Amino acid sequence: MLAFILRRLMQSVLVLVVVVLLAFTMFRFVGDPVNQIVSLDTPAEQVAEVRKSLGLDDPVPVQIMRYLYHVVQFDFGISYQFRQPVVDLLAERAPATLELALMSSLISLLVGIPMGVYTALRRDGFFARLFQSISLIGVSLPTFLIGILLIYLFAVTLGWLPSFGRGQVVTVYGRWTTGFLTVSGLKALILPSITLGLYQMTLIMRLVRSEMLEVLRADHIKFARARGLTTHSIHFRHALKSTLVPVITIAGLQLGSIIAFAVITETVFQWPGMGALFLKAVQNVDIPIMAAYLMIISALFVSINMIVDLLYAFVDPRLRTTIKN
Amino acid sequence: MSVPVLEIRNLHVDFKTRHGVLHALNGISFSIARGEVLGVVGESGAGKSLTGSAIIGLLEPPGHIAGGEIYLNGARIDGLDFESMRHIRGKKIGTIFQDPLTSLDPLFRVGEQLIETIRTHLPLDEKQARARAISLLADVGIPAPEKRIDAYPHEFSGGMRQRVVIALALAAEPDLVIADEPTTALDVSVQAQIIEVLKKLCRERGTAVMLITHDMGVIAETADRVAVMYAGRVAEIGPVRSVVQHPQHPYAQGLMGSIPPLDQHPSQLQQIEGSMPRLSAIPKGCAFHPRCPLVIDACHQTQPELRASGESFAACIRAGEAA
Repeated sequence: MLAFILRRLMQSVLVLVVVVLLAFTMFRFVGDPVNQIVSLDTPAEQVAEVRKSLGLDDPVPVQIMRYLYHVVQFDFGISYQFRQPVVDLLAERAPATLELALMSSLISLLVGIPMGVYTALRRDGFFARLFQSISLIGVSLPTFLIGILLIYLFAVTLGWLPSFGRGQVVTVYGRWTTGFLTVSGLKALILPSITLGLYQMTLIMRLVRSEMLEVLRADHIKFARARGLTTHSIHFRHALKSTLVPVITIAGLQLGSIIAFAVITETVFQWPGMGALFLKAVQNVDIPIMAAYLMIISALFVSINMIVDLLYAFVDPRLRTTIKN
Repeated sequence: MSVPVLEIRNLHVDFKTRHGVLHALNGISFSIARGEVLGVVGESGAGKSLTGSAIIGLLEPPGHIAGGEIYLNGARIDGLDFESMRHIRGKKIGTIFQDPLTSLDPLFRVGEQLIETIRTHLPLDEKQARARAISLLADVGIPAPEKRIDAYPHEFSGGMRQRVVIALALAAEPDLVIADEPTTALDVSVQAQIIEVLKKLCRERGTAVMLITHDMGVIAETADRVAVMYAGRVAEIGPVRSVVQHPQHPYAQGLMGSIPPLDQHPSQLQQIEGSMPRLSAIPKGCAFHPRCPLVIDACHQTQPELRASGESFAACIRAGEAA
């Protein structure tokens, strides 16, 4: 088990290095950051000086090595636009994104799985068909449109919920800002987390439904029926457990994309998270922020993947032997 | 005469499809006495497994019982509601399916599956059920059962898994075991062991067995009586020795004739010409007449009933005549 985790950690480091290389190659094409820092009438000598002070006149390999050297010490550099350490900027905004992602994942799992099970078991029922039709909307509507529609309905027309921002936040444990502890913070979370989680929810619902229908036809379920087990045990002990094995993978990867694609939702709701910061960084060619954001997202994906693999082994005994060896 | 464990009278099973109703079982009748082994043979699609599913009330829709009666120990069980039927499945009727590799739930230890089955049907606590599970595993010949009870199905070989399946089927001391091709998916060398275990345990407990198989060797060794099925009907039923050695129905004659003899090496294997009709195109009269070497005009008109012929009962107007 330990060997497995260590091996996966090594692979993860490799993945992250590759991400840095790719990111740097890409950033050469987004524009010249120096132009964003200096004004139009800055003398050429000063421009060259700024370029030199940022280390941008060095060859790319040197820049990459220097960047990696700092990154392993958790130093992601100084933002060009804010003149502040990137670590501080991201740490300040991470709670907003992570709380939003957490709520969205909870919604998508806690609503998606039961809906999927329900639609599989009552396949021809009225509500099952209704859920199926609604899920089609969830899968096919783009996120920003859902967000705008929700804002129009609940914020503009009904006036129940705020249309932007995090509401009142409370600082806990030194620097973590949370919206979970105030009424306005919770109210502000509702619309964005539904917007962000809806697609994942419908995806999980449809996945659970089709997996469960498949499992209910399996031989071991037929044998469980022939043994006279209760319907409850067959559906929720045997069939559900088999159903969840493949669902775990998808749900895990979806959690990663929830964080990554929070960019759009954060923009629609002016949510002060990392995604919004990233977008601003792209507009201003703020390479340190972009690079750090990409690193964080890929680190998240890599660790989620590893957790999923371990969970897999936890649920499916057949994989435990594979991992042990 | 005592009441048979299982009695089926004139059972019909239909499938409603877009192209009309298909008659998959067409008036099946037979009974199994306590401790008796009834072999059921026939080609694929003859309705063997379907009969088994109908008995335990687990026909897959759109299949449904369209007529006839099923009695278990004299009490009628067809048409019972799901919950009453659930108490019969596993408790009164144990079932063994063909493929032991897929019959067990891969995510639960065999002990958990045994204990759950035992506790569903018998008023035992966890500890008693575990003790019973261990003794069942010992009965079916699993070595070191007190250790193996905590293993997962994938840690067993195919033959060992089928033993576990047998233990599960016998967990609540059923009166009847329906074994649907229990050895088809196994190695030949393991098949004999599995049949031996099944035979021994059922003899000891006086359990009646309905043994569905293609394997005439298994039937000859194991069964007391045998029913030959063809196109959803019983073609012939009788004591195993008489059906194997002196088959009365031309189809049974063809079936027995197609078993290659061990002591000779025929240049060509015998076979019955043609193939079984599809359910949507069962011919009028006797379903076997297009393939029958003894066919006469009357065969096109009426479906013959089972009647005594030799030591057996055969559904043929020319029963007993040699081909």
